[in-house]
Amino acid sequence: MVTVADTELDGRCPTGDIASRWEQRKRDLKLVAPHNKRKSTIIVVGTGLAGGSAAASLAEMGYNVLSFCIQDSPRRAHSIAAQGGINAAKNYPNDGDSVWRLFYDTVKGGEWRARESNVYRLAQVSTSIIDQCAAQGVPFAREYGGSLANRSFGGAQVSRTFYCAGQTGQQLLLGAYQAMMRQVDAGRIKTFVRREMLDLVVINGVARGIVTRDLVTGKFETFAGDAVVLCTGGYGNAYYLSTNAKTCNVTANWRCYKRGAYFANPCYTQIHPTCIPVSGDHQSKLTLMSESLRNDGRVWVPKTKDDTRSPDQIPEIERDYYLERRYPSYGNLAPRDVSSRAAKERCDEGYGVGPSKKSVYLDFSEAIKRDGEDVVREKYGNLFHMYERITAENPYKVPMRIYPAIHYTMGGLWVDYHLQSSVPGLYVLGEANFSDHGANRLGASALMQGLADGYFVLPYTIGDHLATSKLPKVTTDAPEFGEALTAAKSRVQAILNVNGTQSAEHFHRALGHIMWDNVGMARNEKGLMKAIQEIRELREDFWKNVKVLGTGESFNQNLEHAGRVADFLEFSELLAYDALYRDESCGGHFREEHQTAEGECDRNDDKFCHVAAWEYQGVGNDSVLHKEQLNFEYCHLGTRSYK
Amino acid sequence: MNHSTSKTLNLTLKIWRQAGPDQSGALKTYTLTNISTDMSFLEMLDVLNEQLIANGEEPVAFDHDCREGICGTCGVMINGQAHGPESATTTCQLHMRKFNDGDTILIEPWRAKAFPVVRDLVVDRSAFDRIIQSGGYVSVNTGGAPDANAIPVPGHMQKDAMAAAACIGCGACVASCKNASAMLFVSAKVTHMANLPQGQAERSKRVLSMVATMDAEQFGNCSNTAECEAACPAGIKLSNIAQMNREYMKALLFSCE
Repeated sequence: MVTVADTELDGRCPTGDIASRWEQRKRDLKLVAPHNKRKSTIIVVGTGLAGGSAAASLAEMGYNVLSFCIQDSPRRAHSIAAQGGINAAKNYPNDGDSVWRLFYDTVKGGEWRARESNVYRLAQVSTSIIDQCAAQGVPFAREYGGSLANRSFGGAQVSRTFYCAGQTGQQLLLGAYQAMMRQVDAGRIKTFVRREMLDLVVINGVARGIVTRDLVTGKFETFAGDAVVLCTGGYGNAYYLSTNAKTCNVTANWRCYKRGAYFANPCYTQIHPTCIPVSGDHQSKLTLMSESLRNDGRVWVPKTKDDTRSPDQIPEIERDYYLERRYPSYGNLAPRDVSSRAAKERCDEGYGVGPSKKSVYLDFSEAIKRDGEDVVREKYGNLFHMYERITAENPYKVPMRIYPAIHYTMGGLWVDYHLQSSVPGLYVLGEANFSDHGANRLGASALMQGLADGYFVLPYTIGDHLATSKLPKVTTDAPEFGEALTAAKSRVQAILNVNGTQSAEHFHRALGHIMWDNVGMARNEKGLMKAIQEIRELREDFWKNVKVLGTGESFNQNLEHAGRVADFLEFSELLAYDALYRDESCGGHFREEHQTAEGECDRNDDKFCHVAAWEYQGVGNDSVLHKEQLNFEYCHLGTRSYK
Repeated sequence: MNHSTSKTLNLTLKIWRQAGPDQSGALKTYTLTNISTDMSFLEMLDVLNEQLIANGEEPVAFDHDCREGICGTCGVMINGQAHGPESATTTCQLHMRKFNDGDTILIEPWRAKAFPVVRDLVVDRSAFDRIIQSGGYVSVNTGGAPDANAIPVPGHMQKDAMAAAACIGCGACVASCKNASAMLFVSAKVTHMANLPQGQAERSKRVLSMVATMDAEQFGNCSNTAECEAACPAGIKLSNIAQMNREYMKALLFSCE
């Protein structure tokens, strides 16, 4: 039985006309004068699009910024791997786009599980992001005459996606990174690379600092500040195999959760439909093939089960273009969750192709015939090259084989309209928060949200906290720092002390299997109960049998990994628990018990039109549920159809 | 249609082991059996590390993150070549089908004075960050940017800028140069900005300052052997260095910035 908190969570959303809510709120926010900004220190953890843009913007405003990243340089955060593009309601192509439509598409795409106020603000500031990035020298694709080019993406019938070849995330991140480096040169940002945040320091209920471990020397350090901004990404690596980078982890978020920040909707995970299929047990990660490929590629499987013919031997009439068949108005550009489930359905029914029978074709032959190989190469050359390097197959000649994989997590730490968590002074941005995508994120919207949060939302809202809260000066000598430092140290030491027989990698893979099999694309009560039980057993086994060599006082990648796996082993239980609690299907969360006759999501708005934010009660104890009711005054609750 | 057929390989690895920046290192020999040709090079190293842990030996430290060739974190010398034998490919995207059964593979860290070894195959590339700090940006604060379409960028200019901006900052250019020169890296950023209208205001100051920092970080001068271009996984062209030299001379002689 779930324990529900008595009072409802307040998201601090403005009321009134949705189009003027953000303007009105900005008018009401208190400001910090320049001479006081110079006296404030803000800790920003993570240097992806959210962290990089926030650190640069805050420093430009005059704050002192301490910026932390786990990689060897802020430029390497995983935002860099985003390929396809970034949405913005510019309506440059004159195809009927508007702030309203981007808002509507995003709320509908998220299956009415996001806040209207947040999403509308996101759509509003989207246009400023493009202006800002173009001014930084981000080389967006252009038309011959020099104006910006757009392409279409899943879940939309307009072309609103801006892009830089197949490397949009890279170019946007380098833009933010360069803006950061300019502030480092100006002395307003201090960077700390190869640092892992291991705890949050809360003093009198307010976030005032962090504990980190220097990954090169193993030294633990503490840092004090006036606010902490967490931009530490998503938790897709709980599934072991995902499109995330290897260091992506839930540790920073999880430690904040244990210090009182609520974790919202962890069961909203996004499975991306177009990834290169698993080739064997050695596989260490999965590689995404950009959704933009679905502009020109057609998805199909043979109409006959267990068809072993090569694709060129299967005539047109014997092919099932199942997305075009099931969703005629969106076709191959149906949203990610819908396309992923459709692929799984075909493969489960025995129509899959490839050696494992766990893949479907993404075929470019028609586009190549229509536009020529050169045009296709110009649009997707780098992606085709990557596919060929990994699979040794030439996608210009043979259709790609693709299968869904874990890609993005919509859930995250709960934040209010100001992006502040339930711990005052702790702000959470980008994928690390839960705020804007509801139960499913549309393609090209992650870059938009990360940069919106960092460039255009947090710089306004954080000032209000600094101006209105009574923040006495603290140093790292405060006893709360000592307590957090001891806790972080003893956890690392505990891992080293186990001295068992199995590597951290072994436990991570085992967790991945449990999660993918039971908490993956389709979930049911029995599987979820089983997953929770198995996660608990695996966690126990980990603390008895994990083997980490070397010491804590050195560069020890295995020890880092083991620490992250230990946190995944706790967090995954909450993810499964949330999935069990949410007894409905919506977006990326598909409960087999709740589907329509056609296999689509069957929501239960009467019972679940709310955010489920969980409050920590100790390892192994059930978390307390805080509900935030979602109201839809503008984008009315409806059926999410792409037919 | 020819689905790839996977085979397995038996390999001998000679790997640079070094406990820390101030300790001396040495090559150690390991053997691996039954390595699938479908594995990536880093997955092969994962197998080695699992084997080492099982035998109670500390695993080999190597940098890696996205494993899709874009973050620039990975990179080792493989048989003397930065990122190994396949052109335009990072170490993480190199697959074992490029090797033969019975091969001996020599694996070393990037070698350059400006990139000190941290441990085993991991080096410190923070000098690259300091070069960018000295001018690799457009000085524009958040907010107040004009509409993105207000400044047209003709398609050919955008393509040139994009080609240079594609640099992933891995350091293969430095590692492969006998002078350990960073000129391909620096020139990629200089030309990216110089080829765009947005980069004009600071065009001279940028190149002078970045080159000065590059020298101060103890990277060598261009060796004119073009090994950097051959090793670059992002396809950065040598012509960027030529443009940077022109930019530098122009700035030195004519700039009034």
